[in-house]
Amino acid sequence: MSWLNEVIRPKIRSLFARRDVPDNLWHQCPACQQMIFHRDLEVALKICTHCGHHMRANTSERLAWTLDDGFNLIELPKVPADPLRFRDSKRYSDRLKQARDATRMDDALTVAHGSIDGQRAVVAVMAFEFMGGSMGAAVGEGIVAAGRLAVLQDAPLIIFTASGGARMQEGSVSLMQMPRSVIATRMVKDACLPYIVVMTDPTTGGVTASFAMLGDIHLAEPGALIGFAGARVIEQTVREKLPEGFQRAEYLHEHGIIDAVVKRTDMKAALARFISLLRIKEAA
Amino acid sequence: MRHYLDFEKPIAELEGKIEELRRMSAPDGINIADEVARLIDKSAHQLRATYSKLTAWQKTQVARHPDRPKAKNYIAGLITEFSPLAGDRAFADDAAILGGLGRFRGRSVVVLGTEKGSDTESRVAHNFGMARPEGYRKARRLIELAGRFGLPVLTFVDTPGAYPGIEAEARGQAEAIARSIEACLEAPVPVIATIIGEGGSGGAIALAAGDAVLMLEHAIYSVISPEGCASILWRDAAQASTAAEALRLTAQDLRRLKLIDQIVAEPLGGAHRDSKQAIDAVGAAVQTALAPLLSLDAASLKAKRRDKFLAMGRGSLS
Repeated sequence: MSWLNEVIRPKIRSLFARRDVPDNLWHQCPACQQMIFHRDLEVALKICTHCGHHMRANTSERLAWTLDDGFNLIELPKVPADPLRFRDSKRYSDRLKQARDATRMDDALTVAHGSIDGQRAVVAVMAFEFMGGSMGAAVGEGIVAAGRLAVLQDAPLIIFTASGGARMQEGSVSLMQMPRSVIATRMVKDACLPYIVVMTDPTTGGVTASFAMLGDIHLAEPGALIGFAGARVIEQTVREKLPEGFQRAEYLHEHGIIDAVVKRTDMKAALARFISLLRIKEAA
Repeated sequence: MRHYLDFEKPIAELEGKIEELRRMSAPDGINIADEVARLIDKSAHQLRATYSKLTAWQKTQVARHPDRPKAKNYIAGLITEFSPLAGDRAFADDAAILGGLGRFRGRSVVVLGTEKGSDTESRVAHNFGMARPEGYRKARRLIELAGRFGLPVLTFVDTPGAYPGIEAEARGQAEAIARSIEACLEAPVPVIATIIGEGGSGGAIALAAGDAVLMLEHAIYSVISPEGCASILWRDAAQASTAAEALRLTAQDLRRLKLIDQIVAEPLGGAHRDSKQAIDAVGAAVQTALAPLLSLDAASLKAKRRDKFLAMGRGSLS
């Protein structure tokens, strides 16, 4: 044993031991790899302070950033879990349970009502962290409930989308959520209420090909991936390299599919402005 | 030459033998006739046994059978004075979706069908039944036209899915599908959809959000192809048969889940063995489904259609 072992080693160890502080104090930006202090990131609404990349946000953050204080969540109708009794390497019912435990949510959609800069609104938020935001019966039923609530409250409907598409484990039941969610959007439109879609990263598959593309106004966060088919499937089909920026919010804006790319920090103001511009009835 | 599927091998052998015997002109012809009759009986028995318990994966193969009647065959068999209409009025005509006016049982209708093609040349021309945005926009245009003139809409669905391509995305594939679903749901006229072969995901529902959704006995209807599902969930496309089973994509499963309205029986051994019989059966089923809808006014028709879809997915297998 040399003095090195006894004196220096413990010191070094204690240096590393200080790492028992939660390691989520610093976040790494997935785009530029730079580190950002968690408080700075919170203040910046999870936008990278170095490169402006919009990181994925969870449901409670979305609601807090969008609605004025004092909003309410509504309880969504229950649907049969696991209608097909589906199983791949794991049972779908186990995957569901796991997702519920991990997220403390029932499924991938949350519906709230409250106000946006004083104007009442129904806001539905999809949670990508819940099985990739996939749409099964629970999400479809939630969209229908959100549409009904908007009509009942004579309020605009705003949906924040984030989804990998249909929930395969619900087979055709998930496919039928496409027409069901489309009906929800029609209920809102029939009542002459604004329906605004905010597409966040990523919005793909059956969600894009149903309620997400039927908004009166389509907004998207910068850089969000938005499309119908997955990039890999397209690459395999057409056997060529996908163009730079393909299926990103800016690309869709350029192709006339969304109205505007809006920074997260400007989103609430944009929503408030569009609602007030569309709702001449309420202002009068 | 008849095209046999893998699992039809015993049937193929029997039918081969029958053909062989028939070609033989032996002196004791009576004995051969007896043998032929015996083999015909045996092969019919085999066919019935095989087709009465097809697995989901076998049905997938039958639904994709190259000789299975395609949308254009149903149109030719059921629609008189068929007058094709083309284009989305914005970009192009999409040959993957046939559309036009015609008469069904004497009544003027709008017809739409996803067409896969039946030989290499026509398959390429119809892009294997995978429509692009202009196809769904044509469908929407024709459904709206039907609504203005009070014509029922008949659709025949047979598609692996919407085309996944760069240009298709750039022109708004998702929006085109969403609007086509919306057009079906909003139509002030009856919409009768028949899944005749493969009902592939969003590309199928775009033409199938109807008052009555019929499905041929061995057709499939799924949110994703068994191969696609297997490569995602099992990380192995070779697990397609397992995925097909798990996805519950058969007409019988969809009926049990109350996601379709009716199953149309196919001729023994599948629609490809007797196209005419299959087409006639679909014609009769469409007529039966259409009749009660003709007396409904636009508002009750739409309300009934909405209620039907809103009630879906509240049940489950068990």
